[in-house]
Formats: sequence, C-alpha cells, structure tokens
Amino acid sequence: MTDATTPTPKRASLLAVDERTRKRNAAEARFKIYGIVAICVGVLSLVVLLAAILSNGIPAFQRTVVQVPVTVTQEQYDAAESTLFKTKEYEGLFVAALSAELTSAGIEADISSGALERLVGKVGNNLRQFYTANEVQLGQEVLFEVPAASRIDRYFKGTLAVENITADNRFIQPQDLDVAEAMKDAGLMATVFDWNFITGVDTGVDNPGGAGIGASVLGSLLMMFVVLFLALPIGVAASIYLEEFAPKNRLTDFIEVNISNLAAVPSIVFGILGLAVFIQYMHLPQSAPLVGGFVLTLMTLPTIIISTRASLKSVPPSIRDAALGVGASKMQAVFHHVLPLAAPGILTGTIIGLAQALGETAPLLLIGMVGFVARYPETFLGGLEGPNSALPAQIYNWVSRSDAVFTEKAWGGIIILLIFLLTMNIIAILLRRRFERRW
Amino acid sequence: MSFTKLTASVIAIAAVAGAAQSQSRDQVQIAGSSTVLPYASIVAEAFGENTDFPTPVVESGGSSSGLRRFCEGVGINTIDIANASRGIREKEIAACAANGVTDIIEVRIGYDGIVFASQIDGPAYDAFTPSDWFNALAPKVVVDGELVENPHTQWADFNADLPAEDILAFIPGTKHGTREVFEEKVIAAGCEATGAFEAMMAAGMSEDDAEDACLEVRTDGRSVDIDGDYTETLARIDANANGIGVFGLAFYENNTDKLKVATMSGVVPSTESIATGEYPVSRPLYFYIKKAHIGVIPGLKLYAQFFMADEIAGPDGPLASYGLVSDPELADTQAMIEAEGTL
Repeated sequence: MTDATTPTPKRASLLAVDERTRKRNAAEARFKIYGIVAICVGVLSLVVLLAAILSNGIPAFQRTVVQVPVTVTQEQYDAAESTLFKTKEYEGLFVAALSAELTSAGIEADISSGALERLVGKVGNNLRQFYTANEVQLGQEVLFEVPAASRIDRYFKGTLAVENITADNRFIQPQDLDVAEAMKDAGLMATVFDWNFITGVDTGVDNPGGAGIGASVLGSLLMMFVVLFLALPIGVAASIYLEEFAPKNRLTDFIEVNISNLAAVPSIVFGILGLAVFIQYMHLPQSAPLVGGFVLTLMTLPTIIISTRASLKSVPPSIRDAALGVGASKMQAVFHHVLPLAAPGILTGTIIGLAQALGETAPLLLIGMVGFVARYPETFLGGLEGPNSALPAQIYNWVSRSDAVFTEKAWGGIIILLIFLLTMNIIAILLRRRFERRW
Repeated sequence: MSFTKLTASVIAIAAVAGAAQSQSRDQVQIAGSSTVLPYASIVAEAFGENTDFPTPVVESGGSSSGLRRFCEGVGINTIDIANASRGIREKEIAACAANGVTDIIEVRIGYDGIVFASQIDGPAYDAFTPSDWFNALAPKVVVDGELVENPHTQWADFNADLPAEDILAFIPGTKHGTREVFEEKVIAAGCEATGAFEAMMAAGMSEDDAEDACLEVRTDGRSVDIDGDYTETLARIDANANGIGVFGLAFYENNTDKLKVATMSGVVPSTESIATGEYPVSRPLYFYIKKAHIGVIPGLKLYAQFFMADEIAGPDGPLASYGLVSDPELADTQAMIEAEGTL
C-alpha cells in the first residue's frame, strides 16, 4: 500500500532550474561577491597605505640646499680651530660669504637680525670636515652646497603653514621667505636629490637637514648578518636532527610543540630575554648590533626550523630509500640527497624569517638600540659590538622629534625599509620558482 | 660538505661575542629623560664634530627609567650619564648606593618651561590658573564649600571665562619628570588655591595624606596620561579639537604653526618669562655623571665640560636657540664639574 501511494519523484527538467538549485547558485554567487569585496577592501587599504607612504616619504629624498662659494683663509682656519665650538665659527664664515653673495646678487636681507642664520641649516661641520681633510684648499674659492634651514626646506616643499608664521617666531619670519624666493631665482638656493639622506648618519634635533639613514641601514645589515650566520646553521641542524634522526617519543613531541609555540611568542618577550640574559647577565655591550642579532636570532629560529622541517618533509621518501639502498649511510643520504633538494624551501623560509626580523622594533627598544647614534662604525668588528642604530629604530626615533622635517624623513625611512623587504621577498620568490621541484 | 664549516662559523660568532665582552667602550653612553634628549642630542652631535672623541650614544625613555639604569652599578656595561627633568630622589640615591654607585655628580643644564597648548584653530583656551586645572582634573573638588566628587564636565562649569567645551587633557604619564613638575606647580597649587587642601585636612586627613590626595587626577577618561613623548600628545591634540595638552616650551616653539599656547596665571610662557621666574611652571633640567667612570670612559668629563661651556649652554648657544632657558649660575656649574664635586 505504502509503496503504491508514494508518488514517483517528479523529474525536473534539465533545462529549467528548480528552486533548490537556484538557491545553491545564489549562495555561490553571494560567496563570490563576498570574496571580491574582501579582495577589494584589501587592495584598497594597500593602495591607501602605499599612497600615504609615497606621498609623505618621497619629499624626504629631496632637500633644499644653499649653494655659495666660500673662501676660508689660513688665519680664519687657525682661528676657528683654536676655539671650543669650532663648527659655530665655520658657520659664521659661511654666513659672511652668503651675505657677500646676496649683496652682489642685489638681494636685500636684514643681515643684522640673524636673518641669514635662519635661512641656512647647521653648516659648520660641512665646512670643517672639508677643510680639515683638504687644507690645501685654504685661501681658494670653494663652492659649498649645504642644507637650508628646515623651515625653508618645508616652504619649498609646500608643507609649511605659511599663514601661521608670526613675527615672534624664532625659527622663521615672514620676510625670510621672500629672501629665500629671491635666492632661488638667483641660483643660490635649489632643491636637489638628497644623497645624504641615503648615506648620512643621524643628527641632533636642530639639524634635520643633515640627517641620513645610512648608518642605521648598515646597523640593520650587520644584525641580519648575525642572524643569518647563527639562525641558519642552528635552525637547519636542529630541523635535520628532529626530522631525520630523532626518535619519535614524548620528549621530541614536546620539543616540536614548543618550537611551534615559540614562533607565536611576541617579539617584545625576546627583547626582555635579551636584556636579562645578554646584557645584564652576560655583560654584552648595549646598543650593539651583535646583541640585536642574538635577540632577532632567537625570534627567527622557530620560523626557520618550521620551514626547514616542512621542506625536508616534502622530499619524497623514495629518494632516501634509494640512497640507503645503494649503501649510503643515513648522514650521507641526508646531506648528499635530501638537503640539496630541500635547499630552495629552506632558503625561502630563511629569507622570510630575515625580512620579518629586519622590520622588528620592539625587542630593539629594550636592548638600547633606539637611541641617538650618529656615526658609522670604523671596522666590521667595531660595528658588531659598538653602538649602532637599526632601520626601524631610526624611524621610531625620528617620528618622536619635534621638527616636521624629521617626520618626513621617517616616512622616507619607511620607503627604504619597504624596498629592502620587497627585495628580500622577491629573491625568495625567484629562488622558489627557479629551484623548487615538485613530485 | 659543510658541517665543519657551519660549526666553524658558529664558533667564530661565539668568539666575537667573547671578544666584545672583554673589550672596553670608547664612547659615552647616556640615557634618560625625553625632555633632555633633544638638548643631549644637539650637544652629542656637536661634541662628535668638534672633538676627537666619538659621538656619544643618547637613549631616551624617561627620567625614572634613566636613573634606574644609572643606578644598576659601575662598569662599562652600565650607562655613564642619566638625563633627568627632575632632581634625583633620596630613594634613588639609596638604590644607587646599594649597587655601588656612590659618587654622583649633579649638573644642572638650565630650565625648561611647561606650557599648555591646544589646536591652533580649536576653542579659545587662552588663560588658565592652577585652580582651573585642579577643578578640571582632580577626582574631588570643592563646590560651594563642600568637598564632593568632581562634577565638572566642561571648563565653563567652574570658570565662566573658559570655553564651554568638554574637559579633555593630555598630561605626561607618571614615568616622565614633567609629570612631577605638573603635579607640584599646577595641581598642588590649585589644590591649595581652591581650598580643597584645607577641606581635606578639615575632613580629618593627615597633612601627608592630604598632600598625596591633592596630586591625584580623575580616572574617568577626561585626563589622559601620555607615556610617549610630545609628538604623541601633539597627535592626540590634532585629533581632538577640544583637547589641551602639556608640552615643553621648546617643543611648542617648534610647532607654533599647529599649536596655540595659553597663559598661566596671566603670564605668557617664553624663555624670558621663565628666566625671570615670572612664568610659574618651569623646572630645572639635570644630568647625572657617574664619577667612577671618569677616566675609564674616554671623553666623559670633557663631554660634561663641553655641554656646560658658555658657547653651548650659554644664552647665545645652540641649546638656548632650541628653547632651553640657560642657567644664570652657569659659572658655578662649570667650576663644580672641573672640581668633580659630587652630591
């Protein structure tokens, strides 16, 4: 009975879409839209971010300079060198030369009230360094190209709020801008590409025009060097042992779980560890790239171990078996066959770990690498153990300064940091494309 | 292939580490107040440029943290100089002594003003008195002779001359030396002036308790502690038109295109009004030298002498042109450094 009353299922037409199929199709279409929206949001925020970085940072690669021929005599040189604040004397010599140049160009400026000092940045050291290195040039005319004052620089870059400048402002006065315009027309002032930003060192807060990021780039590279030479061998050795030799028991399981846990530990924790162990207990020097490298090594190790183990695992067992089958020892099998095949994956993981470490700021705060370090190291070893800054630390440092030109330089520093990160990631992708083998 | 090579490089790195440990340090290392940092960096740069010694390394992080590191002990892995925007405290001297840091040279650099500034296009916060700040920020204030929970939500609630804007103040966090000066010269003064101090004493508090209670600030979000530096305060002011922030005079003078300053008790803050003592909220800045490091760290004493030379810290020097109010007793300080007089 029951069988007879069961209606035979109505066979839907293959051409007409029934209700359930329509619903399923609609759900799929909705999901596609969600996905596209998600991608759009991602792309949009990337575009906004990049636009902000580029528009704020590009001006940092340019600076306004004052170009004036200066003649310093032997007597002036001796007189300046005999004072305590020598660079101040050289600044006076430069301002005198500028004043003469303005008179001959027919530009009127109120020289007595310090107007010229407000136009030029801190130039004393440029002159002093030149003359102490080239004493033969004393008495001859030398064309100097020195940074203009930060507000003049911002004026030409269009970031100075001119309407808010009042007559009681110590750093700039409204009439200074007219003098600057006249100087620009007379060829005494120009906006040029700022090589010093790329090669120079940090400067005091009153000299934003002379500040450069070169020394901190070097500091970062030194740290990466330490990280590479510590984390790669330790990480690879640890993963080969764990993957190929270690017995599978509770202990190795425990170690494996904890390596994964370590990869998720916030970097500041490694900074505190570095402060306690390397500086307070082992008495290693503060602010040194060596210690920074140690701390970042600890941070990078789990990343390298995890990626190395993944690439070792992806080498098919047949390779090992074949090697063992023709009589290779286990170590020969690993080092002659498995490791070379896993190398692209290991390198990719290492480079990505390094890129992560390069941008890390938090642990560096604690080991004293965020400070005012205004010099290049003299030797390689001196660079490792002497104080140095690092790229992200330098950026952090500049942002906190009151002169807006430093903020602009911080954005410029971000561009440099991004270029490094991008280069490293591209290398990692190329390596993977070029050498990776799939089975 | 490379097992031996890898091992060799690991050992090499370890050797470098060992070498670093035993080597001496050739540059002066400084840490401390972020208020003093700009001046210290100006001097450090000039010191590196004008002498044969390397440029000193200056870190910031606040007066308290600088002095704590200063007091960690004697030796090349400890800092030589601590910058501070307040005087060293008795318990810090005791902590120093406990770690073997006994001979400390105190150098007063000059004076710095603390100013109250707001967005240049924001509400007209033009004139304040300490009482206004106490009424705005204290958890308990005097209203109609009674000590009550602070009922004020707008500046105009207690002073009709101030704008009818919600109270929102960005004050330095407790790790900053600036906070102490703010408490002492503004909040405590306001506490006395509004009669809250007397009311607390009358309510049965001991004098010490009442003094401590005077320094408290409300915790309902109208007073925001800024633990970073002045750029953070500036960013918060930028984002909140009704906000008012506490800045150093030099920082304000560098940002006059974004900030407008209020008078305190009728006095406009400037290097002149601070030098004469007219402007009430100013404080001396210091640095502290570990005497045991003089002669060990090359250039340490010379750095201090260079810092305090007339050409640098004097009224015509670069520090004054950045915003420091120079110390009229500079000659005494110079003589004291020469004689290495300790606390």
